[in-house]
Amino acid sequence: MAAARRRPLPIWVDAGLLPVVNVLLALSVAGLIVLAAGVDPIDAVRVMLVGAFGSEEAVGYTLYYATNFVFTGLAVALAFHAGLFNIGGEGQAYLGGLGAGLVALGFDRILPAAILIPLAVAAAAGFGAAWAAIPGYLQAYRGSHIVVTTIMFNFIAAALMVYLLVNVLIAPGSMSPESREIGAVAQLPALHVLLRGIGLTVAPSPLNLSAVWAALCCVAVWLFLWRTPRGYELRVLGHNADAARYAGIDVGRTTVLALCLSGALAGFVGVNEILGVQHRLILDFAAGYGFGGIAVALIGRNHPAGVALASILFGALYQGGAELAFDFPSITRDMVVVIQGLVILFSGALANLVRPWLEAAIAPFVRDARGVDAIAEES
Amino acid sequence: MPEWIVAPLLVLSATLRVATPLVLCAMGGLFSERSGIIDVGLEGKMLAAAFAAAAAAAVTDSAWVGLAAGIAIAALLALLHGFACITQRADQVVSGVAINIVVAGLTVVFGIAWFQQGGQTPPLPPEARFMPIAWLGGHNLIVAAALLGVPLSHWAIMRTRFGLRLRAVGDVPLAVDAAGVSVAWLRYRAVLICGVFTGVAGTYLSIAQNAGFSRDMTAGQGYIALAALIVGKWRALPAFGACLAFGLLDAIAIRLQGTRIAVVGEIPVQLIQVLPYALTVILLAGFIGKAVAPRAIGVPYEKTP
Repeated sequence: MAAARRRPLPIWVDAGLLPVVNVLLALSVAGLIVLAAGVDPIDAVRVMLVGAFGSEEAVGYTLYYATNFVFTGLAVALAFHAGLFNIGGEGQAYLGGLGAGLVALGFDRILPAAILIPLAVAAAAGFGAAWAAIPGYLQAYRGSHIVVTTIMFNFIAAALMVYLLVNVLIAPGSMSPESREIGAVAQLPALHVLLRGIGLTVAPSPLNLSAVWAALCCVAVWLFLWRTPRGYELRVLGHNADAARYAGIDVGRTTVLALCLSGALAGFVGVNEILGVQHRLILDFAAGYGFGGIAVALIGRNHPAGVALASILFGALYQGGAELAFDFPSITRDMVVVIQGLVILFSGALANLVRPWLEAAIAPFVRDARGVDAIAEES
Repeated sequence: MPEWIVAPLLVLSATLRVATPLVLCAMGGLFSERSGIIDVGLEGKMLAAAFAAAAAAAVTDSAWVGLAAGIAIAALLALLHGFACITQRADQVVSGVAINIVVAGLTVVFGIAWFQQGGQTPPLPPEARFMPIAWLGGHNLIVAAALLGVPLSHWAIMRTRFGLRLRAVGDVPLAVDAAGVSVAWLRYRAVLICGVFTGVAGTYLSIAQNAGFSRDMTAGQGYIALAALIVGKWRALPAFGACLAFGLLDAIAIRLQGTRIAVVGEIPVQLIQVLPYALTVILLAGFIGKAVAPRAIGVPYEKTP
């Protein structure tokens, strides 16, 4: 509705300039907050940039965090394409980790890595998908609103994990709610170890094979959405549910499929965290990534390439934010949470704030930029 | 008084204490959602108010200044939500989520910058808090205000001209517009009322129930209030009942921690904690009665030119 009255902007403004302007707005407000906390924002930016990209180790950490954001960002973006807002990424990522962890803990003494790791990855996808499938089914066939049910499922997932880790999976003799360490066969190799194998030396970091898997997921999501009939159906549903129904698309099945795929993608956070880094089941390993995925999808305009770029930005914020906390006692990593929220605010809720201004600013160039078809259509 | 009268009274009293922020948030959410504006941001507004109230009370040593600060900041956030949802016609869930996340970080950032106590505010002396009052049965003023707020909300929404229009704007905004009443102004008033309620709720948490702010002190209660609102089918009195029930569950969960019950054995606390969430999902799915939301909820209204 709101979109219908908008004047079309050229693609480079709509997909390139506008998101950048919105992110810059969010960062400016963040800068003011940093200033209010008594730190020079320019100093803060310098520390964050050096902290995120200044060394091999820093880049490794940045990409490790980015890996998680790619998974949750793709999850949110894919559901968005079906017109569904999946804010259950937190819970789905949490359950994905549970799936990967259970397989690893259960079979790490009997299966070789070549079978065990694919199985654990599949379990992460399966658990994540199952956790999203219930809200998806209820939305499709019982009319309950996906947003509310996925919020509730986040809380249920959190309680379930506390119960399992405190009462069932806790390592014997352990005081904290953690499982035993998974066997070496179930651990994903870190990239610096793999690179050493081919003669390259890079600084150690938690960056592991999951990053490659994340890149593959980006390509797979793009192929699925824009190059397969199912992906097409999913996008039709997102554009216009009535049109989808009229065209003979099974709306219920497509809704559930979209949520399952979304949940599976979010579940891969568990692969990166449990198989790649933590090597045991712990509490809250997925905290913040589900909501971060919303920001990433919004900045990335729901396109896998955009999601990948936005994920690197957020990975840098996470890693740089940690360095910031080291250097300035008055700032903690909570500043990164603030920036995350501001990005969602300015790229999502207030995305069209600067649009009229931008339209006026580029009006002189629009006619040439819009292309022949648009002008012909108008006349 | 005999034990069989005293014990239930004590339970009721404890339930009221726990349920007060839920009741206030649910009543606030009621106004907002009845006008057609989804409010996922109850949690964030309440958390911001809790911080503002505790910070203001710590600096001025006055509970009333704390209350004013809490209401002011929550109302400000409500206006931001309104601006995004009503004027900018943005996705209402995105706006609510954004507010929740910004507040979760901001309260800690400012808490550390201003008070240097790891995100907490300094412990408050009694004169800077709302203390229990004997003639209110040992409850404080805000508990009483919450109890008054329920019939008041019911009356305002079901029995006044404003309430009639509020319900209409949540169901068929076009009709309200056609009658010459401003949809935007009605909705702005609704979100503002929601802001005031959540402001009082947050104030209760930090300077009445507790003696200061601690990070993430709302701990999902804003979402439980949202659940209560849905379980109460967007009506004041049933929503109040749901809040009391959820409060009671919470009180029971605390009591049952680690105790064994005959036959069933030990009930995991987490099982009781998830009941509100599970119940909401079941209810939304229409397995026990059907919760039908206001028809125009979540849909931005655009005046046709």
